[in-house]
This record gives sequence, C-alpha cells and structure tokens, in this order.
Amino acid sequence: MAEPDALSGMIREIIQRHSGMPTRLLQILRDVQDHLTWLSPEALERVAEELDISPVKVHSVAEFYSFLYTAPRGSYDILFSDNITDRMLGNRELLHYLCDRLGIGIGETRADGLVTVGTTSCTGMCDQGPAALVNGYALTRLDTARLDRIVELVNGQILLAQWPREFFEVVSNIRRADILLGRHFADGSALRAVLKRGPEAILEELVKSGLRGQGGAGFRSATKWISCRSAPGEVKYVVCNADEGEPGTFKDRVLMQDFADLVFEGMTLCGQVIGARQGFVYLRGEYRYLLDSLQATLQRRREAGLLGEAILDDPTFSFDIDIHLGAGAYVCGEESALIESLEGKHGVPRIRPPFPTTHGYLNKPTVVNNVETFASAAKIAVEGGAWFASRGTAESKGTKLLSLSGDCERPGIYEYPFGVTVQRVLEDCGAPDAQGIQMAGPAGHMISARQFNRRICFEDLATGGSFMVFNHQRDILDGIRNFTQFFVHESCGFCTPCRVGTSLMRDLVTKVHTGHGTRYDLEEMRKLGRIMRVACHCGLGQTAPNPVLDSLDQFPESWERRLRSTAFEPAFDLDAALEQARQLTGRSDPGAYLREEELMLGTMP
Amino acid sequence: MIEPKLKIATCSLAGCFGCHMSLLDLDERLFELAERVELDRSPLTDIKELGDCDLGLIEGGVCNAENVHVLMEFRARCKILVAIGACALSGGVPAMRNQYDLKDCLEESYLRGIGLVNPQIPNDPEIPLLLNQVHPLHEVVKIDYFLPGCPPSADAIWTFVNQLLSGQPLALPYTQIHYD
Ligand SMILES: Cc1cc2nc3c(=O)[nH]c(=O)nc-3n(C[C@H](O)[C@H](O)[C@H](O)COP(=O)(O)O)c2cc1C
Ligand code: SF4
Ligand code: SF4
Ligand code: FES
Repeated sequence: MAEPDALSGMIREIIQRHSGMPTRLLQILRDVQDHLTWLSPEALERVAEELDISPVKVHSVAEFYSFLYTAPRGSYDILFSDNITDRMLGNRELLHYLCDRLGIGIGETRADGLVTVGTTSCTGMCDQGPAALVNGYALTRLDTARLDRIVELVNGQILLAQWPREFFEVVSNIRRADILLGRHFADGSALRAVLKRGPEAILEELVKSGLRGQGGAGFRSATKWISCRSAPGEVKYVVCNADEGEPGTFKDRVLMQDFADLVFEGMTLCGQVIGARQGFVYLRGEYRYLLDSLQATLQRRREAGLLGEAILDDPTFSFDIDIHLGAGAYVCGEESALIESLEGKHGVPRIRPPFPTTHGYLNKPTVVNNVETFASAAKIAVEGGAWFASRGTAESKGTKLLSLSGDCERPGIYEYPFGVTVQRVLEDCGAPDAQGIQMAGPAGHMISARQFNRRICFEDLATGGSFMVFNHQRDILDGIRNFTQFFVHESCGFCTPCRVGTSLMRDLVTKVHTGHGTRYDLEEMRKLGRIMRVACHCGLGQTAPNPVLDSLDQFPESWERRLRSTAFEPAFDLDAALEQARQLTGRSDPGAYLREEELMLGTMP
Repeated sequence: MIEPKLKIATCSLAGCFGCHMSLLDLDERLFELAERVELDRSPLTDIKELGDCDLGLIEGGVCNAENVHVLMEFRARCKILVAIGACALSGGVPAMRNQYDLKDCLEESYLRGIGLVNPQIPNDPEIPLLLNQVHPLHEVVKIDYFLPGCPPSADAIWTFVNQLLSGQPLALPYTQIHYD
C-alpha cells in the first residue's frame, strides 16, 4: 500500500493526466485502481479533494461499477466469463479447478492478498471461450493446461506483461463477409466525400440507404443525424456505443480490432454532418486490451490529417476522438446511461424524452450510434445510399453482422444481407442439431425449431447481433436460469420493478428448475413478466423477462416436466429452515421438525 | 329466510397486532359487520380450534415452526386466505433480522445482551423453533389476496371485506392503498 504522500502524489499525477476533468472520474478511478488493486477510502477521499467534488459522488461511482472495488482485491484479479456459452464450454469445471489449485473459494481473495477469483457477465469472447479477464485483460480458450500455467505465474508473481502472449490472443473468426467486411475501404474516402459533396448530400445518401441502428433498436440513422444537426446549439457531440454488453455479442469487438479506421471515419463523418468537433468512443471495460492499439490508430489518423484540426487541410473541418473505458455495467450500453457514465457519473438511465439528439452529453445535442452503424455510414458516404439499399428487405436495408456462438461447429462473425433465414445461418455455421436459438441476447427472443424459417430483419426477428445456439443435448432452462441471474446482476437498482422483479424472477425460475415448482409458479412468472414489461424505467428491466416468457411459449415441455403435481409448493424447504435452530438449541423433540404430512395440508387450497 | 352468516377467522403470526388494532378501528362499523359474519378462531374471540371458514385474514409473516403450522391450517380450512399488512406481504419489521445469521440474533439476545442473568439460548420444547429467516406468507402457502399497509387503514379493510363478501370486483380507492 502506498504511503500517504506517495498516494497523494500518485493520485495527483493521474488526475493531471486527465486534465483534472470531473467528467473523467470513471477513467481516473480505473487508473487509481490499476495502481492500488482497489479503491481504498483514503484514495477515494483524495480523488474527491483533488477534483473538488463531493466524496459522496466519488463513492457512488466507485460502488456502481462491477470492475471497481471498494474492498481489497488480489494483485491478480481473475474473473471468469459466466455466460451460458462459456458454461457450454465447461467454464464452471475450470473455475472450480483453478480455485482448488489456488486454495480459495469462488469470489474470495487468498489470505496472502495475491489473487482473487470470481465471475463476471459475458466478456464478448463467446467464439473462443471459455474466457476470463485477468486484471481487466481478456484471456481466451482456457483449459486445464493453461490454468496450471496460470497458477505457476500467479504464485511466482510474474508480471502480466511477461505472461505467454498466446493466452491473450483474440482472433476475429470472420466466417462470412459481405459489403461491410468484404470490400476494401480507402482511409479518408468518406471524409473526402463529405468535403466534396457537403453534409446535405451525404444526409440524402443516408436517407436513401435506409440505414437503421445496428445496436438493436433499429432507429433510422438519417433521422437521428438530421434531428441532431438541426437541434439548436453551437456545441454538439458524437458518441460511439462500443459497450457491447449483450451476452453473446462480439461483432463490435471485431470491428474495433480489425476495422477501427472505418469506425473512426464514420464518427468523423458524423461530426462534419451534424456540426460536432468532439467524439467519444465508449469502449466496454472487457475490451481494455484494445485500448493501446486504438489510441495508436487515432494518433496515426491525426498524423495523416484525418483527425484533429483542419482535417484534409480544410480549416472548417475539425474533429477529435477520445476513448472512455467502461467498467463492467451492461446498463451503460443504454444510450442515456452511457452518457451519464461518460460524464463521470454512475450509469443510471435518464428519463427520455428529451432524447440525446437534443439533450445528450453535457446536455448538448448528441448522436449516439452503435459501432456497426458508424462503419456502415462511412461506406454509404463513399458508395452511395442506393448501393447499400440494394441489399436487404423492404424495411431493413443492407447487411447485419451476426455473432454466432454456442453449439455450432464454426462460431464467429457472419455478415448477411438482412432477410436471411435462421435456417440458412444454422446451415452455414454447422448447427444441424439445433434445438433453439437465443436471438439478440437475453434481452431478445428465444425461438424453437418451429420458427427456424423466420427471417432476420426488423420486420420479423430484430437483433443487435447475438445468436446463441442450443442443441438437443442442452437443457433450455440452464440457459434461462443463467439469463435471469445476468439481469439480477446487471439491474442498476434505480427502479423497483426491475431491482426487485429481476430477483423474484430468478427465484421463481430457480424454484422450478430445481424441481420445487408448480403450475402456480409458472403463472406467477407470467404475471411478474407482464408487470416488468410495462413498469420498468428502461429497456433493461423491460426486456429482462423475455427469456422466461418466450421459453414458456416456445419450450413448454422443458418447464412442465419439472413441475410438481400439487397446486402449490413453498418457496423454500421448510424443515431445512429449522436446522440451524435445532443445532443452536440441541433440540430433537417432535416439535423441532416439520413433518411432511402436516405440510401437505397447506399445499392443497 | 335468514342467510347463514359467513365465517371469518383471523390471526397474528410474526406481527405486532397493529393490523388487528386497525380492524378494531372499524369502530361502530363492527356492529354492521357482526350482522353479516361470525368470527371463528381469532384473538378477538379466543376460540382456539379453527373451524371451516369462508375467509381467513392473516397479519404478520412466518418466523417459526408454529407460524408454519397455523398458516397451513388456515390454508386448509379457509376458502379465501388474505395476507394483511406489510409483515404478511413481505416479512416487514421482523424480517429485518434476515440480514443477520440466526446464531448472531440468538446470541445477541440471549448470551451477549445487557443485564442477562444465567445467559443461555432457550431450548424448551414449548417454545417454537425459529426458522433461519422470516418469510412472507405467500412463500409458504398460496395466498388469494394481499392488502398492503402498515397497517392497512380501517377504511381499507372495510372496503376490502365489504367488496369481497358481497362479491363485487375488488377496487380500492388510491388513498386507501397508497401512502404518498
Ligand atoms: C440495457 C440496454 C443495453 C444496451 N446496450 C447496447 C450496446 O451495448 N450497444 C449498442 O450499440 N446499443 C445498446 N443499447 C441500445 C442503445 O440504447 C442505443 O439505442 C444505441 O446505441 C443506438 O445506436 P444505433 O441506433 O446505432 O443502434 C442498449 C439498450 C439498452 C436498453
Ligand atoms: S429498469 Fe433496471 S436497469 Fe433500468 S433503470 Fe430500472 S433498475 Fe435500472
Ligand atoms: S404490518 Fe405493520 S401494523 Fe401490521 S403487523 Fe406488521 S408492523 Fe404491525
Ligand atoms: S465471453 Fe463467454 S460467452 Fe461471451
């Protein structure tokens, strides 16, 4: 632990590096934690003093994000990605194996303070799992051999920089390319197009292209840009949503890794069209490993005159991009929560309207688009709207990147024109034995084989890109239970229907999954789901019941074969709940037990 | 012909009797109620054996083995079972012990408490054993209706019981079930 003076010095230096801006609070806390492994009360106090903001504000941020720790943590902090696709690949066994070898329990820090092992939500490595993070850096393709090596590295206190490079190798697995991934793009060509033809002409192309938001909601991008361009105000912002928190999605990771120039070009183009001089990429913390190369790409673009002051030597064209790292909060993918987080606050969704296009970052007009949307926009500026619109369906133009994972032979990225059938995708990725698909992530839809002829497009099955395959050997309810736990973990806690509802739903699902439920519980799930859909403040809570409600319709037999024949079963084991008291009192008289036949009374109303 | 009176039973499990006090707050309306219903087992009658009833009103959550027995019996004997008050609906004040281990609760009360003579954790078979947590009623038996409040006001109880007994759809005015 740093001495008080050393602590102040370190914190002051970090804050200076971030120009003393309170909007960079989250970034500052991340950096402080990198030094200390956790955020001690003294450190938080010092940060508040140096930034001249209230300690309460600093605490609220430190406590909100999963990757910020307000209790001591091991110098090596290992978090296993715990999505259902990691589980399919055997991550739980590996997790227990590692914990055993290190001599700790899940979520514990070893007594010597050297190492902590826990779990986290999907880290976006679904096609190359089981995956984990060590001190925020992605580990892929874990197996026992790798874990044995990791135990040695940890116990030998080997610096992360000296760990074998291949442990951190992240491959792109592009399996099918179409117009976005398949065609060459000359850096700067979209920016030349906007300078030559002017913002109005580019907007016309964008309208013609029919491009819709690729983050999942499918809002028309041209409408968003036009609305922001015409919003009153001198200062405007462009924000690229690279939070990619939906379990099973990893296409934005591949775009940021292999096509960063295209994405940055789309953002810069947007800046010129709407009249913004500053852009931000909100990169999920799990993609920390990309940060240095992205910074280098930005620098190269500045040197090439594609970013910064007087882009392409035009003094009226200035735009720069800053990268903010998230810290493990799915809700920060929601655009208004993302903006809060960018402003250095905890990420609770705002009340909308007003929308970001008029009141976004620092309450200024802001365009928030998904990574893939910006990449498509750059292409459209060069190739034209008609070219883009020649692919896809009536209401869904162009192509869509799908992230395939789960039970298929060739997981990875597949680019298809909108309108492709689920069946076709399954054939291409090698999934002849599919029982069901979780489409668009836990917040999306679960479909069964009866629906494999449906088409992927906004008119039919909309998706942000997640496509998780379950084969016939899988228990659908394993997936559902995993998803309900995900939502419990990720609920930001702001509104009651979601904070409480996600936990109630998880408990009901667990009750049925473990063989203690009745038909009554299924009805309760439906009721609860209906309430959450209408009463939750943001999309997270509104969509959280989807996997449960969909599977009740699509896979009724998976639920029903677990039900008790009684009309009602208690939520917990009544007699077992007396065990502790029996032990504390040493009683074993008849009154110290709840016998089965007495309990049956209450199960038959 | 005189209509047979409907039978009502009430009881307090892990509650403070505040909900029953609210029932008594019906004041002169109690006479009107008595015209139409007959009280079976209830703290107000001191009848110990529960008979078959049309309606059971339960205050308080479930904190011990006896609570479980009584609740099961109510469920078995009452056609309609109603959870009344915050404790019955969600555990309420007694459930504040849920954040501590049962061992800590008992030791704090019986071993470490101030002014204890002959400290020991009571183990007389007469005393119901505690569950390790306090639970709302609906986690133990099926509950047909929930009447929130701490306690629900006499007016709310009156509206609810009247509508139920006369077979009207249940609809309580905002002011009777909201507290803002
Ligand atoms: C809980 C929640 C999480 C979200 N996560 C993401 C995300 O990770 N990436 C994303 O692009 N959009 C996400 N969105 C959608 C954004 O709010 C927003 O609609 C999107 O970034 C707009 O960009 P687009 O129009 O280009 O799709 C999320 C929405 C909700 C409600
Ligand atoms: S719905 Fe959930 S995530 Fe959204 S604001 Fe409410 S508590 Fe937060
Ligand atoms: S709900 Fe309130 S009044 Fe009723 S028993 Fe509980 S604490 Fe007492
Ligand atoms: S990283 Fe493992 S499933 Fe997403």
